[in-house]
Amino acid sequence: MDTNNLLEVENLCVDFETDQGLVHAVRDVSFSLKPGEILGIVGESGSGKSVSMYAIMGLLASNGIIRNGKITFDGEDISRNAFPNEKAYLHSMNKIRGNKMAMIFQDPMTFLNPLQTIERQIMEPLLNHTSMTKAQARERALELMVQVGIPSPEKRIRQYPHQFSGGMRQRIIIAIALANNPKLLIADEPTTALDVTIQAQILELIRDLTRKSGTSTIMITHDLGVVACLCDRILIMYGGKLMETGTDREIFYSPNHPYTRGLLSCINNPEAEERELVPIPGSPPDLLKPPMGCPFVDRCEQAMKICKIRMPETSVLSGTHQSSCWLNEALRRQKGGRA
Amino acid sequence: MSSGHYVEISHLDVIYDVTKGIFSPKQLVHAVNDVSFTIDSGETFGLVGESGCGKSSLGRAIVGINKPKSGDILINGQDVTHLHGQSLHAFRQEVQMIFQDPYASLNPRMTIGEILTEPMVIHNLYRSAGEREDRVTELLRTVGLKPDHVRRYPHEFSGGQRQRISIARTLAVNPRFIICDEPISALDVSIQAQIINLLKAIQKERNIAYLFIAHDIGMVKHISNRIGVMYLGHLVEVGNSNDVYFHPLHPYTKALLSAIPISDPDIGKSRKRIILEGEIPSPLNPPAGCPLSTRCPLADSTCREMPKLQKFGSHQVACHHINPSDIA
Repeated sequence: MDTNNLLEVENLCVDFETDQGLVHAVRDVSFSLKPGEILGIVGESGSGKSVSMYAIMGLLASNGIIRNGKITFDGEDISRNAFPNEKAYLHSMNKIRGNKMAMIFQDPMTFLNPLQTIERQIMEPLLNHTSMTKAQARERALELMVQVGIPSPEKRIRQYPHQFSGGMRQRIIIAIALANNPKLLIADEPTTALDVTIQAQILELIRDLTRKSGTSTIMITHDLGVVACLCDRILIMYGGKLMETGTDREIFYSPNHPYTRGLLSCINNPEAEERELVPIPGSPPDLLKPPMGCPFVDRCEQAMKICKIRMPETSVLSGTHQSSCWLNEALRRQKGGRA
Repeated sequence: MSSGHYVEISHLDVIYDVTKGIFSPKQLVHAVNDVSFTIDSGETFGLVGESGCGKSSLGRAIVGINKPKSGDILINGQDVTHLHGQSLHAFRQEVQMIFQDPYASLNPRMTIGEILTEPMVIHNLYRSAGEREDRVTELLRTVGLKPDHVRRYPHEFSGGQRQRISIARTLAVNPRFIICDEPISALDVSIQAQIINLLKAIQKERNIAYLFIAHDIGMVKHISNRIGVMYLGHLVEVGNSNDVYFHPLHPYTKALLSAIPISDPDIGKSRKRIILEGEIPSPLNPPAGCPLSTRCPLADSTCREMPKLQKFGSHQVACHHINPSDIA
């Protein structure tokens, strides 16, 4: 374990209690985040990408249970079982959230309180977490609005959320998130609800602001284009499991896992030469009864007998590139046999 | 006035009355403004633009869900904006639509078999129930589902499978023209490619024309022969997909294309973006003249007059400031 890391997640498991039984949404996920790094978490719906982030922030729905896992943030253990009771956990998380750790959500329409002015909503984290006076907080709020590019802030600050467009609302949410110069910013599909030209503006803004302040960012998305344009390192999740991690160039130019390769071959890169799309057959596994082995086994063209029975170990391909696939083990044995 | 194109849309206007209350002043949204283009049979015409640009209103006007204010829609040389009775019935067999949300467009109380049989009954196709059953089985096979799915209900299927059912439903009446309104945007990446390949295979086999409406220009370029770009109700550029993508002429098309996140880190991170200032103006209160004039880097006093769609090389573009050196 590297003590320089801002965030360390070890063996995180999250279940949800539902009428149909236990849904194993996140299974044994481990990763780390360096200061100043932009990490992309890619997966399809139900892959567990959002749930794992909500678990880190202590924001799981009431039927969510963290079965296992250690979460270290900024040198502090913030896993639920590091605290004696629920109250102590909530108390300490409330101090961290909106302060050292902030989040941007997908839907800018529902995140803001429609009955409060923008002024009150941007000032709230400042007044809650610092000793600023109201006047100082207002000053800082105006400064933040300029930073995120909202024109005529003096006038706009007195307005209500419905008076802003979707892109402007997302800027306000970014201003709220950045109010206390967080060390970690978690963005859950922040541009999915926006149009492409507005998406480009918001991505540019997130990149500039986090680069300037040295904030680490986790970007949750299903859009490989967004990840390619923004992130330094990428995690690929599928069926609640971590399939592959690597730098942006490792994932896009030398993907190892069959799922990652499948994902890349079913998107169209309009810059490249026209080719047939190769879709991944079938659909994602049912997490009520997750497969014993690799979750991708039913859709994988290279599946072997062992893939059905046991989850593969993680193979280290380089200092930054890791993949969980039995093919790597098979390849290693083949080479070993020849030597 | 037929020029031999399968679909010919000329000077189409769609206007919504959004006046609130009976004493307020009349408020009109000009959703589609003087749009003209053609589609040949068996061709895919892609329509792109951001939300509120009028692309869906246009698609809905063609199938007759919205009544256009003025303009003509000719399909096979016949004007379809004022159809009644028999001819309307026949038109609805020829033109079908696939909707964006496969969770909302299938009746949850009907089995898949009933959903697929209903259009055949309405259009009085096939003589016996047995023949219809055979046809349902064939349709399910065509879209990659199993024949024993007929007795199941929509909630038992995933999003991708439901979209396959919607496609099968449109095919039930053997249409020649299908309007696909964002058919893949509600689906996961790995499923999108399945649906796109299915639509292409069906087109190849049955020579169906598609109007493919989407905001994902990468996918639109992949599936379409020609592309139209819309902004605030106006068609600003039309051309062959590769021409529009690689040699865009209109400043809006250029900005839109540069904003797509390309799934290649080296290109994606180094590429220069043309960022348009500000946001899309409200369609309730559009700018006078060129719709882009409030955000366009090239705008000057000539833009106060509405530019006409003109031919430049292989494209048609509506802009006063086309640089002749850009034309390939």
